Amino acid sequence: MMSETSAWVIFIAAIFTNNILLTNFLGMCSFIACSGQIRTSLGLGTAVTFVMIMTTILNYVIYHFVLVPLGLVHLQFIVFIAVIAAFVQLVEMFVERFSPRLYFALGIFLPLITVNCAILGASLFMIIREYSFIQSIGFGLGAGIGWAVAIVLLAGLRQKMRYSNIPEPFQGVPIAMVVTGVLAMAFMGFAGMVSIQ
Amino acid sequence: MADKQLACMTCEPKGLCGGRGLLTLKEGAWANNPLAIQILGICSALAVTNRLENSLVMGAALIFVCVGSNLLVSLLRKRTPHRIRMIAEVAIIATFVILFDQFLKAFYWDMSKQLGPYVGLIITNCIVMGRAEAFALQNPPVLSIVDGVANGLGYAVVLAIIGFFRELLGTGEIFGYEVLSGQWYTPNQLMILAPGAFFALGIVIGIFNAIKGPVAEEKK
Repeated sequence: MMSETSAWVIFIAAIFTNNILLTNFLGMCSFIACSGQIRTSLGLGTAVTFVMIMTTILNYVIYHFVLVPLGLVHLQFIVFIAVIAAFVQLVEMFVERFSPRLYFALGIFLPLITVNCAILGASLFMIIREYSFIQSIGFGLGAGIGWAVAIVLLAGLRQKMRYSNIPEPFQGVPIAMVVTGVLAMAFMGFAGMVSIQ
Repeated sequence: MADKQLACMTCEPKGLCGGRGLLTLKEGAWANNPLAIQILGICSALAVTNRLENSLVMGAALIFVCVGSNLLVSLLRKRTPHRIRMIAEVAIIATFVILFDQFLKAFYWDMSKQLGPYVGLIITNCIVMGRAEAFALQNPPVLSIVDGVANGLGYAVVLAIIGFFRELLGTGEIFGYEVLSGQWYTPNQLMILAPGAFFALGIVIGIFNAIKGPVAEEKK
């Protein structure tokens, strides 16, 4: 179905026109919770991008070379989430052992990523849209970067918003939502650039 | 989180629900509404609410998964080693999500297509996990079911409200029937697109805050 689209197009589309956060609403929990400061959100964005591309690749291989031949496709949810959880744990141990500095920079974000639905969502979209291996890599990378871009943008906006006079019931999360809506509207401007389903 | 308090209040083992059934129901569905007050599980709340029908199915899915996983986690709570409880919870939740997904695929193929990956994403929905972790682990099975129903219901109702307004304003229809006549109402496409979801949820949370605000202060 998507076999003729090049991985590059999917990569660009995943960042701009089909931003996993602003059009598919994935990873909202940590998006709202961790967008207080630009530095923090940049760290989280990096960690998410890395985990996302690695887990899409892993899940692609497992889905097409283990689950499909064995006829166990209905188990994809549980397998995917197990792969993600195991991978995050592994990365955490690895980073802690070999790069303590990186561990302190990313460390606290890693456990959060397991429950970030953008990661699982990227794997599920990859299966539903029937991407090839190369396309999956493009999609995983693009989706991760797109998510990171969105959270950094919101963090910047929220830092400015601290000085604004917002009606009391709307302070905090509600106004963040509305601002995200405006952000999503701005991203809709990219719509004509490339398109994937 | 406020859940801790709730869990402690309901621990007393008197009767099936410890005499706290109604309170649990009220806490979950209204006072601690998972979506509007605790801001959990908003991904799916934004994604599937472009039509009322989708919102209702998603609400039903969450009630089913929440009740099922709460019951099972609660039944197994004394046999689950503390260290691996998280992965056990995820496995239990995933089981129920797979059940619901297969059910949709078997009987409501179109709906399953429309919801796409969002049914699978219930696994990472913080509400289900949160209830299993904060409530079912410390409470008897029957009370956990009540809690599952309450939180599922709280989620489903907010979802239905958002879905209702988005479909109404976005297409002028409800369940595909024309409500706002095309003669005088121009459907606002923005409402069914992504930004409309953010606006709608932001406003709903804002309204909840406005209503709940003074009440929450009184409690303290």
